[in-house]
Amino acid sequence: MQFGILVNEGPYNHQASDSAYLFARTAIEKGHKVPRVFFYHDGVNNSTRMGEPPQDDRNVTARWSKLAEEHGIDLVVCVAAALRRGIKDELLAPGFRISGLGQLVEMGIQYDRLVTFGD
Amino acid sequence: MSDMDMEDDGSGIVKKFMFLNRKAPHGTVYALEGLEVVLITAAFDQDVSLVFTDDGVYQLMKGIDTKGIEVKDFSKTYRALEGYDIEKLYVDKTSMDARGLTEEDLIVDVTVLSDDEMKNLMEEQDVVISF
Amino acid sequence: MLHIVNKSATERSSLDSCLRLATKGSAVLLIEDAVYAATKGNAAAAKIQAAAADLKIYALGPDLAARGMAGRVLDGVNVVDYGGFVDLVAEYRNCQSWL
Repeated sequence: MQFGILVNEGPYNHQASDSAYLFARTAIEKGHKVPRVFFYHDGVNNSTRMGEPPQDDRNVTARWSKLAEEHGIDLVVCVAAALRRGIKDELLAPGFRISGLGQLVEMGIQYDRLVTFGD
Repeated sequence: MSDMDMEDDGSGIVKKFMFLNRKAPHGTVYALEGLEVVLITAAFDQDVSLVFTDDGVYQLMKGIDTKGIEVKDFSKTYRALEGYDIEKLYVDKTSMDARGLTEEDLIVDVTVLSDDEMKNLMEEQDVVISF
Repeated sequence: MLHIVNKSATERSSLDSCLRLATKGSAVLLIEDAVYAATKGNAAAAKIQAAAADLKIYALGPDLAARGMAGRVLDGVNVVDYGGFVDLVAEYRNCQSWL
């Protein structure tokens, strides 16, 4: 089955991105596909490579990048939400790209399920 | 025809999309950014239902004036939804009653749904996105 | 339909909205701070137990454990891991997150 995932909150402040990551990783482990994760609202803050969490904490952004690299996940950051919040191409961590809301709608149209994580 | 009408994912698939608006405007950004998703989805020629429940019903209040808080008044956009072929607007009666509101308080024409009608509408959707 | 709730029922009304609009036979999965509602002695416990007559109630085990609540789960609540979460999303034809 193909799952689309929508992440609506940034890292660390809320558990949403952690829950979404664990859901995506587990779905892939179980043989499902997660072709794309869409980041909206403050969720766009997951995409910046400028974050430096303490060494004893998980790195939410790096974890998404690694999962994307290993499984070919398209990590899409909403352009309008990103520009509002100062997220630019040159700040993106590996695997993330900035695009339009149409990419979110496409997940709903093309995939079997769309699961939202937020606050 | 606007540019947005030209959106097409190429599949020709039309799904039932429900947007369940549950948050009041201005206190958080969800109502405003949620509305942007609704407009884009309609541009993909999908079957869109826009539902206001819980504090989401406050998004439709007549007489909204945001000048004093210096933020954008997007409530007028709800009146333009017909132009995007979004005609299925619903509010949840229980949520309206709990806030002392009636249809006359709202900026657009809506269909008021009972709990059972809300349940049926949700169950028949392919995709539900809640803001 | 699968309903996903992530808010503490003693802080927000998301669980009430979900239970009011969930159709008989559908599933409710409690994750993140919503898992407290599925524990013994919580003010929402009676609601969960009443709802369990018509709905299937699930709670995410890792979120219960992370909050020290793994040993306090109400009878009638099914504890699932992330694999179970994925299975539930696959099993029901649509889902709604009561954010």
